[in-house]
Amino acid sequence: MSSGGDAKLFARGKVAELRQELNSGGKKDKNYSAKKIALKKIVANMTMSNNDMVALFPDVIGCMNLPSLEIKKMCFLFLVNYSRMKPEVALKALPTLVDDMADNNPLVRALALRTISYVHVREFVEATFQPVKRLMQDNDPYVRKTAAFCVAKLYEHDKKMVENSDLIDRLNRMLKDENPTVVSSVLASLVDIWGRSESISLTIDYVSASKLVSILADCSEWCQTYILEALMAYVPQDSAEALLLAERIAPRLSHSNSAVVLTSCRVILYLMNYIAGEKHITSLCKKLSPPLVTLLSKPPEVQYLALRNAILILQKRPEVLRNDIRVFFCNYNDPIYVKVTKLELMFMLTTKENISVVLAELREYATEIDVHFVRKAVRAIGKLAIKIESAAKQCIETLLELVDAKIPYIVQEATVVIRNIFRKYPNQYESIISHVIRNIDDLDEPEAKAAVIWIIGQYADRIDNSDGLLQDYLATFHDETVEVQLALLTATVKLFIQRPTKGQQLVPQVLKWCTEETDDPDLRDRGYMYWRLLSTDPATAKQIVMGQKPPITAESEKLDPRTLEELCLNVGTLATVYLKPIHQVFRAARPRRLLPSPALQRDPVTPVYNGPPPSLPVGPGVNPGTTGPSNMNEAADAADAYFSGIGSQQMASMDLDGAGGGGAPQTQYVVTQNQQQVYQPQLAGGAATGELLLL
Amino acid sequence: MLSGILIFNQKGENLIFRAFRSDCRPRLADIFRIQVISNPQVRSPILTLGSTTFSHVKHENIYLVAVTKSNANAALVFEFLYRLVMLGKSYFGKLDEEAVKNNFVLIYELLDEILDFGYPQNTDPDTLKMYITTEGVKSAIANSPTDSSRITQQATGAISWRRSDIKYRKNEAFVDVIEDVNLLMSATGTVLRADVNGQIVMRAYLSGTPECKFGLNDRLLLDTGESSSNMNNPGGGNGLSTSKTTRAAAGSVTLEDCQFHQCVKLGRFDADRIISFVPPDGEFELMRYRATENVNLPFKVHPIVREIGTTKVEYSVAIKANYSSKLFATNVVIRIPTPLNTAKTTERTSQGRAKYEPEQNNIVWKIARFSGQSEYVLNAEATLTTMTHQKAWSRPPLSLSFSLLMFTSSGLLVRYLKVFEKSNYSSVKWVRYMTRAGSYEIRCGRVSDTIRTVYEQENKKHIHIARVERNSQHQKAETICAGQENRNENEQSHKDKKGQSQDTGTEII
Repeated sequence: MSSGGDAKLFARGKVAELRQELNSGGKKDKNYSAKKIALKKIVANMTMSNNDMVALFPDVIGCMNLPSLEIKKMCFLFLVNYSRMKPEVALKALPTLVDDMADNNPLVRALALRTISYVHVREFVEATFQPVKRLMQDNDPYVRKTAAFCVAKLYEHDKKMVENSDLIDRLNRMLKDENPTVVSSVLASLVDIWGRSESISLTIDYVSASKLVSILADCSEWCQTYILEALMAYVPQDSAEALLLAERIAPRLSHSNSAVVLTSCRVILYLMNYIAGEKHITSLCKKLSPPLVTLLSKPPEVQYLALRNAILILQKRPEVLRNDIRVFFCNYNDPIYVKVTKLELMFMLTTKENISVVLAELREYATEIDVHFVRKAVRAIGKLAIKIESAAKQCIETLLELVDAKIPYIVQEATVVIRNIFRKYPNQYESIISHVIRNIDDLDEPEAKAAVIWIIGQYADRIDNSDGLLQDYLATFHDETVEVQLALLTATVKLFIQRPTKGQQLVPQVLKWCTEETDDPDLRDRGYMYWRLLSTDPATAKQIVMGQKPPITAESEKLDPRTLEELCLNVGTLATVYLKPIHQVFRAARPRRLLPSPALQRDPVTPVYNGPPPSLPVGPGVNPGTTGPSNMNEAADAADAYFSGIGSQQMASMDLDGAGGGGAPQTQYVVTQNQQQVYQPQLAGGAATGELLLL
Repeated sequence: MLSGILIFNQKGENLIFRAFRSDCRPRLADIFRIQVISNPQVRSPILTLGSTTFSHVKHENIYLVAVTKSNANAALVFEFLYRLVMLGKSYFGKLDEEAVKNNFVLIYELLDEILDFGYPQNTDPDTLKMYITTEGVKSAIANSPTDSSRITQQATGAISWRRSDIKYRKNEAFVDVIEDVNLLMSATGTVLRADVNGQIVMRAYLSGTPECKFGLNDRLLLDTGESSSNMNNPGGGNGLSTSKTTRAAAGSVTLEDCQFHQCVKLGRFDADRIISFVPPDGEFELMRYRATENVNLPFKVHPIVREIGTTKVEYSVAIKANYSSKLFATNVVIRIPTPLNTAKTTERTSQGRAKYEPEQNNIVWKIARFSGQSEYVLNAEATLTTMTHQKAWSRPPLSLSFSLLMFTSSGLLVRYLKVFEKSNYSSVKWVRYMTRAGSYEIRCGRVSDTIRTVYEQENKKHIHIARVERNSQHQKAETICAGQENRNENEQSHKDKKGQSQDTGTEII
């Protein structure tokens, strides 16, 4: 359609000129075309934040009653935009709006109601109360649905006033409306109010829930979403009821709108908590897989969302998606955020049956251009070696092949993951040590250096020139980062314990540096600890330093049960993109929990204390108290876990994260690997320091 | 829900700013501009800063941005943004900076209508066009209360996508089955992934309120628990996707999953797999489906890429058409990636034309018409400039695009389309099949890898594309007539209603 040629009107204008234009035309201008053009220019300037326009307020209000809907709509837009700046002038528009709410054209009534309730000025809010009660019973469904949303708008303007009136009761009564669109609008409005109020609870009984499901088919896609969201307020009291409802919702999974699909997933997953019987659960899980995969043919943003939710759902219900790994292989042109998420899913879905295919695929990714992605691919290979014991050898071979390509960041990343593999499988793959050490000169990142130093220390007795290698690093000890210094300290002690003759000259020197010449308290403390340990009882020292380490796993990345439960109640929302405890990202979000009922299949995770969940890094590696049975072992574990120093986070949680960035903000959260990379600094700041945007 | 909708051009100029909640302040436009538009590091469509989340999509040369302040339904946010794009296309032909600037007032009007307090309302273009128009003339019609009531009933009714007073002298329906076949093949010729994303687009020019029933050769998924070998998914192990795949009976297709336009009665499909609906007027996407079994790959490609030292890359690419010799594909384009430091190239082809496109780092080989069963070869050489700073070449995959009429990679066929209307008129139905390349990629591995080129996925099942078939289940016996296979070059022709009888690409059902 060629019609609108308004681009020329999209230009900065001056108030005086526009005022003149607005008032020109006079009687000759029958269709008010001059006025329309002037108003369009004003609207354009409004968009460009040309706030001089507010001076035209009286003139614009003057046009409001002209018999042209187009003009009226532009005036209303102006009013909504500027009323807060000039409330006293805005008041002049009030009579027009009040009149229009009684117009006999339903479109005009709805327009006026919609507009008046956008205006954040006390008089407007007050003037809406009576008319909205009338319009909630209007004989036109379009007006009634507008009235339903109007209550939520009023609630945003003035909570108290709404709570003190009977508006919410009236809104509740509208649930009996015969028109499905009205009913779903009422639900959307109620859920909106519920989200912003501590005092209001929303519960739906089985009969109502069942009725709501029955009108789903008669609703638009958006209305279906509102109804599905509201169904989360239904707490099943009986397994059979929950099952019936879930099965009736399941057909929605074939809807073409991904909001309907993902919100249906949310409700079905929620109901599954109340359904007894393995068979039913399995059958419902089977229904969830294909729609999630089908969303991968949608635009990339929706794909991304589907993938993030797949990561979440997989943790809750591992049977979902189990056989579909190939659909998550990356396409060359996928946006990076899709690729990285696919990589995470691939890792989760890899089993010993499909590992060969996955390894071939990961190797392919390791040749791509995007450094961040390549690193993640390499790291994933290392993690797979730890996850799937029988495939460890295969993974290591793949890693060594990559190392041979001599691309620096691949070598560094591979060094780090090989260190983890040694840690997981002690005394199994030492034959490759020489292969790793060969690239020692290419390493310049602290994490990779720390990793190779750990390897040297741990296997000091097997590496002929271990003292020489350490000495090379010690030469630049003072220039290294603390991470590397800690690793050097521990490695030197290990060297001394295993080969006292070679280490005896290095140890005193390093201990002296660490205790006397450093400002870092961790380094100093660790230095003193070793010093005393070695000088008190060398035998015990050996036992502690070279003692058995607690095992590491690749599964430690899982969300903690509380967070998992909460996120599963929020499938399809923004929080699932971040996969972090919701209050950390959206502090104002009203918490959701699984509510107890006789049908609930397990106890809900009972909050032990009402604070945020403990932000202990997961993984036994840094959680020493839990593993050692005897005091001695405990101490050994604690010491080792503490001083192994090789980036305890990486060691413990084995996450897929890129190594860059020093990892400082990562330690803050339990589930760092699932956090979006790019915005990490802002996010961490946002969560820690409150709002970055003070509005 | 949504706090505001913003539209920017690439320079970061704010073209549309509409707040739906008082927490959406004008300052947010600046923040988005700084954090996203002028930030080259952006790698995600979602950005949360403090309590504000910006979700954006890029379309043509504009950014469409949704501002939310809580843990909003992200799927709904993106679906809405894409719907906005679709509405823009429906109203203005396309939605780009020029269209936005030319119609900014109308866009504000639309936004006010399709969002209330940030909650999406009815977004069906057919209904919206009844009272929000580019001419402003019709706005006058909406001024009369009776007409308005008709509009409001429509906008809130159970069939909000269709007006009741539609009349055609000749009742016709056109069905386009369009398949995007995706292939990811390793350098060694192993099919890593092959699947089909299908789309059934319908153009209905039918009077009144017709009830349509639509039948495909869709094999009912029998959940017998028996596992059989799934050739497309050998790494997938046993379980879900394989257990339900008892070998598809000849001539039927197993659909992995379907998604339907909102007019389709999902309950009925769930219960007995009948696709029944009251169609919107004109063009709409009836359904999407996914098939992963027995995918017929229209083209086999054997690339050999040899790096000779650091100065030269040699290519030998053979491509063979894997479909019946009676068919031919059009607009076959093969993109062969070249290193970034390519100075010049030479190409020899046995068919079509090849050209080096430096800005894309590709040799582009175009074959306008590709007959079935034929095979063509390209030999090329890229001479490289020496660079002091040698960057690794990532060897992007070779990619294909093409379109092939009267062929479905999945083997899907339309069996019948029945129209029931109370006035009992007769209607003519046309169906057309087309297969296009979705993401059709062949990796170019290292030389040693490339030698063995074996397809795991040989042609398992041949589908006769055009054939006479009767639907014995139905007494009216609507027949699928054989469409002729020699095709009209112009694939668009049946969009032109009048030209359709000449369009050999359509079958009558």
